Amino acid sequence: MSAPVYLDYNATAPCRPCAAAAAARALESGGNPSSVHSAGRGARATLESARRAVAALAGAAPEAVLFTAGATEADNLALRAVDAERVLVSAVEHDAVLAARADREIAPVDGQGRLDLAALERALSSGAGDTLVSVMAVNNETGVVQPIEDVAALVRAAGARLHVDAAQAAGRMELAPVWSAADYLSLSAHKMGGPPGVGALLIRAGAPFQPESLGGGQERRRRAGTENLPGIAGFGAAAQELAEGWRAEAARVEALRDRLEAGVRASAPQVVIAGADAPRVGNTSCIALRGLPAEKQVMALDLDGVAVSAGSACSSGKVTKSHVLSAMGWPDDLAGAAIRVSLGWATRDDDVDRFLAAYEKLAAKAKAA
Amino acid sequence: MSIRRDHETTNRPAQPIYLDYQATTPTDPRVVDAMTPWFFERFGNPHSAEHKYGWDAAEAVDQARDAVAAEIGGKGRDILFTSGATESNNLAIKGAGRRRREAEGRDKIVTVASEHACVLESAARLEREGFEVVRLPIGRDGLVDLDAVEEALDERTALISVMAVNNEIGVIQPLGEIGKRARAAGAWFHTDAAQGFGKIPLDVDEMAIDLMSVSGHKIYGPKGVGALYMRRKKPKVQVEALMDGGGQEKGVRSGTLPTPLVVGLGAAARIAGREREREAERLKGLRDRLLERLEAEIDGLFLNGSREARIAGNLNVTIPGLEGQELMAALDGIAVSSGSACSSGAPGASHVLQALGLEAGKVAASIRLGLGRFTTQEEVETASDRLIETVGRLRSRRGAA
Repeated sequence: MSAPVYLDYNATAPCRPCAAAAAARALESGGNPSSVHSAGRGARATLESARRAVAALAGAAPEAVLFTAGATEADNLALRAVDAERVLVSAVEHDAVLAARADREIAPVDGQGRLDLAALERALSSGAGDTLVSVMAVNNETGVVQPIEDVAALVRAAGARLHVDAAQAAGRMELAPVWSAADYLSLSAHKMGGPPGVGALLIRAGAPFQPESLGGGQERRRRAGTENLPGIAGFGAAAQELAEGWRAEAARVEALRDRLEAGVRASAPQVVIAGADAPRVGNTSCIALRGLPAEKQVMALDLDGVAVSAGSACSSGKVTKSHVLSAMGWPDDLAGAAIRVSLGWATRDDDVDRFLAAYEKLAAKAKAA
Repeated sequence: MSIRRDHETTNRPAQPIYLDYQATTPTDPRVVDAMTPWFFERFGNPHSAEHKYGWDAAEAVDQARDAVAAEIGGKGRDILFTSGATESNNLAIKGAGRRRREAEGRDKIVTVASEHACVLESAARLEREGFEVVRLPIGRDGLVDLDAVEEALDERTALISVMAVNNEIGVIQPLGEIGKRARAAGAWFHTDAAQGFGKIPLDVDEMAIDLMSVSGHKIYGPKGVGALYMRRKKPKVQVEALMDGGGQEKGVRSGTLPTPLVVGLGAAARIAGREREREAERLKGLRDRLLERLEAEIDGLFLNGSREARIAGNLNVTIPGLEGQELMAALDGIAVSSGSACSSGAPGASHVLQALGLEAGKVAASIRLGLGRFTTQEEVETASDRLIETVGRLRSRRGAA
């Protein structure tokens, strides 16, 4: 049997060949970037060239880039290490943001999953003092794009600061305007086809920052620990490839996703697609088929050789209802019947064909149920 | 495309001669081979519970846990993965300290003056949060005094953190003796084993170790990954998480686990376990030869730290009458360091050598020579020649001036 069709790119993406090659080169050449001898200097050069590539993808200065172990660490650093008195986050944020500060306040979203700007404005006007707002650029479950520039205008007017979790946005939309709007921005390498185990927090010059991990003085004393050089090199290569080619790739993937959604609607006209009327990135589709629990759908698709998920990968070990769909006002029976299909750089036409063939069987089963 | 490697090649650093194995080690080609498939066809997210890609990755992660645990007499379920030993140390010290103060009111941390900066700074952070921190001195041999350990431990002590092997001078602390005393006082015992894991025999039960930090890139595994052993029974060790999110690693360490790196760490641990004894024997021969030549041919050179309680791959020597920077700049064709890599970018006296009692004001060059898996007899001879020749040249220049 051929390998299963992989349509779970928002959980993780296969490593791009350019990224894997860069990681492999760094693995082989070795060296600790903090050592002063030539092996160390070579490692330092690799590190700094990756930093420039990641910065360039977001239109940022290289000095803004702090490499981390991933977006979870970047989110936690932004929310905890920034000593804000008050933290306001959207209701549909990733758990890494929601859980980082126990005392965070929640800003609601509308039925399409877009932040309620009037509510945010009210919340910002009510509290005094030093406030950090955290809003993701793209939702991991629905692909809905948040109005970051509008959010930023409100945040700026209130004298607050803005953190944007852009883990699912890189390579799927233009990042430079998002970074221009933000004080802090989180990125994940493995969501964009770089290696896992590496991410970045971009920090605007002059924005407050307290390091969490201590001892060693790396990353300009902002994050101790020997740098994950192969991971960072791979991240840089993926960023460089995307900086040059993201538009073409995103357009190709979006056409596949649109064909997939059209096919799904053809076999099951009753499906509800989350955030379908809002701006979405072109790779994600969150599809609810009432009457058949999501776990059953996912298992049936898996048996047919198609890998998708019922929610985000982190929480998918434990089947709980999606906080994202609940925040959008979805009733439990609908939210519990939603699967996430996410495409990416290596997705091909026949992957969509195989998905649609499997989905057709699923839709027939739902009708019978 | 393929990045499959030619099995004939190794990752042995060629030029200059690499004698800085305590800063970092080249990734073993066998480790690279083990990692490669996990970037490509087996790239799944180990936390995806709904399809084969995820299950495949999750199983590989669990096998890596078993491999790391096997090297220290632990169980796979007691191992959690981090981004490296720095994170493991931060998590162990701050996480356990905060947890125990909250739960039991224990608000004292005991550590040693020669620990790695990330241990000392984690302890200092707790000190700013109101903990009492005791930093024990070391003797001329680099070892902590057991009576002082016993005296420092009391019913208020949350944690004692003592490294297995010092990163600069290579000395091995008496872990079993420390563990016994910690257990008696009810203090949890953490050891930073970044430089000891895979190099010396370690057994968490025999040594009564409750928390142990491990680094990938110090044992010929990849950078960007480490592990923390955390005892789950007798005592049940719990730490407060530093990062929250998806609740991975039983809620202690959120974030997607990097499967290729974790697999690489597991493979590195397995190789180290298989080859440890034979490799230590080989390195000891090379190291003794190196020291013998340096002591015979460089006047006044002396070894820092215990001669006996030392890992096979480390020498740290002081050469009187030369400046450290002067020696480092003149040494050609050998990559060595004057201290730990983290701080070697910035000049400043080593806190470890100061703790040994070396006088800061005295003109002397101290260098760390780290030998490892790919070091050859020939390299040791060439490096000895170069070092002896360079010191001679610098000394005669000083004498002439």
